Amino acid sequence: MLTSFLGVLFDGLAYGMLLFLISVGLSVTLGLMNFINLAHGAFGMLGGYVCVLALQSWGLPFFVMLPAVFVVSALAGLVLERVLYRYLYRRSHLDQVLATIGLTFMSIAAATYFFGPLQQPLQVPKFLSGQVSVLGVDLNIYRGFLLAVGVALTIVLTLALERTRFGASVRASVDKPRVAEGLGIRVGLVFQITFAVGCGLAGLGGALGVQVLGLDPVFPLKFIVYFLLVVAVGGTSSLKGPLYAALLLGVIDVAGKYYVPQIGAFIIYAMMIVLLVIRPHGLVSRQ
Amino acid sequence: MSPLFPFRSPVRSRVAEVVLWMVLAAGFWLWPSYLALWSQILIAGLFALSYDLVLGYAGIVSLGHAAYFGVGAYAAGVLSRHGWGEPFSGLLLAAVCAGATGFLTSFLVVRGRDLTRLMVTTGIGLLLYELANRLPDITGGNDGLIGMEMSPVLGVFRFDMYGRTAYGYSLAVTFVLFLLMRRLVHSPFGLSLRGIRDNPGRMLALGYPVHRRLIAAYTIAAVYAGVAGALLAQTTQFVGTDVFSFNRSAEVMVMLIVGGTGMLYGGLVGAAVFMLAHHYLSDLNAVYWQFWLGAFLIAIVMFGRDGVLGACLRLSRVRLRQRPTGSL
Repeated sequence: MLTSFLGVLFDGLAYGMLLFLISVGLSVTLGLMNFINLAHGAFGMLGGYVCVLALQSWGLPFFVMLPAVFVVSALAGLVLERVLYRYLYRRSHLDQVLATIGLTFMSIAAATYFFGPLQQPLQVPKFLSGQVSVLGVDLNIYRGFLLAVGVALTIVLTLALERTRFGASVRASVDKPRVAEGLGIRVGLVFQITFAVGCGLAGLGGALGVQVLGLDPVFPLKFIVYFLLVVAVGGTSSLKGPLYAALLLGVIDVAGKYYVPQIGAFIIYAMMIVLLVIRPHGLVSRQ
Repeated sequence: MSPLFPFRSPVRSRVAEVVLWMVLAAGFWLWPSYLALWSQILIAGLFALSYDLVLGYAGIVSLGHAAYFGVGAYAAGVLSRHGWGEPFSGLLLAAVCAGATGFLTSFLVVRGRDLTRLMVTTGIGLLLYELANRLPDITGGNDGLIGMEMSPVLGVFRFDMYGRTAYGYSLAVTFVLFLLMRRLVHSPFGLSLRGIRDNPGRMLALGYPVHRRLIAAYTIAAVYAGVAGALLAQTTQFVGTDVFSFNRSAEVMVMLIVGGTGMLYGGLVGAAVFMLAHHYLSDLNAVYWQFWLGAFLIAIVMFGRDGVLGACLRLSRVRLRQRPTGSL
């Protein structure tokens, strides 16, 4: 009983870490620009497909692939920000929803066109596959690796956000864009870079998550609720909110599917509705 | 003031409307071999009208409107599967079920602002989709609800394989519901909804019960969506779990946007454009269809949001202004 619980907790945390990586960019978009980006999952999907291509067709080593995925996704984000997103910042929420749903549809069609509609099979690299037994609990090495990467990236992000000059400009722009602008911070540029980094992280999360979340063309639609939920529950004022929200969500989802498979997905949707009704502005909101 | 008060001028409105419905009625002779497609268009148009009340008039951005469509479809489907095949009572039951669902969920929806509403409505839609999948005894699960037996409409018109009865029945129901909705949106109630859409704070300050108005509008829209779902179930004599799918919610939004929001007939025009385009283009390749649909959505957002109907009205207005007499 206890061992199965620990196993579920471990899997849930690894899953939550992936959700955090993919959603953290979204929390910036929503928090900084109040921009509803339903196409955020598309960057995760892009990362996943680049990962599959890199490992299987180009034969890149695993640890070369990860930064490559980050760069490709971030560049894609940067290009789209210039071409499409920046025209939508001042538009109504409905316009943002429509355009980003349109973008999601296009990404799904493009992925189907290039990779076919099926799930992409991908083997975990040999040195990360298998299980170790810790205190009688069988732990999947790859999930442990996910947790480690997640923790490392969270530390890097936190340091970057709290200890660097650029991080200070990001925080200033989130808190009071007008004042930040007045102090000479180029809020637009700060946002572009943050947006690109967010897309890169989403791509990285998508690449790391191919074995856990699966990868098929409807990925952006399938998980959009989870990403939005992380942001809505976690709020947008710091990294901690989305991190805790993602971990909580991951554990609840895995535990729900493990212990009460009959009602599986209900728990998440019901929890989302209840939470949003109780706290329409998010759990850790600044309002 | 919004430039889009299309049918405000009584003369022009009545002429355009009468022509529209006469063309639809003439459909029996104009497109006899496409009646099945056109009854689907009418049903989609009715569904889009229901969504127009939510989005175009009340200003609630919802991505889960298929929930009520699905409840109506299953209500009518289950009723007829259990031996009660009379169509109009099926519609009534569907309307009651969908309306009750809409009323109960409206309390969750009208709270909060755009993002919260968007997520709550999406959640409701997904929840009902899961429910339909998990209750195969009632819904037939993945296989869909088969074995619906419909009695003839009014005891006279059997549902035939050419879709003549289906078309006439859908047209009659859609027509009556459009008339009712037309009355509703031009009533003080409808005007107050527009006021709430444009500035909820001011409407509250003026003493309007904003929440109650939104709940009423949402419930009425759910009733309409339920009837549309029931029509689809009855005319095709099949219900699949896709009635609840996210895609259906997104599609109705697309149809309405293509046609134009807050203009009563925008949904119907959009549904016709959307379904005909889908009919002809997806024959080529289903994947291309989704790609171009996405591109089209982005284009609509970038270059003018009042849709086909809005563009037509603008054109007609320009031409009218150029006339020397000039006045309407």
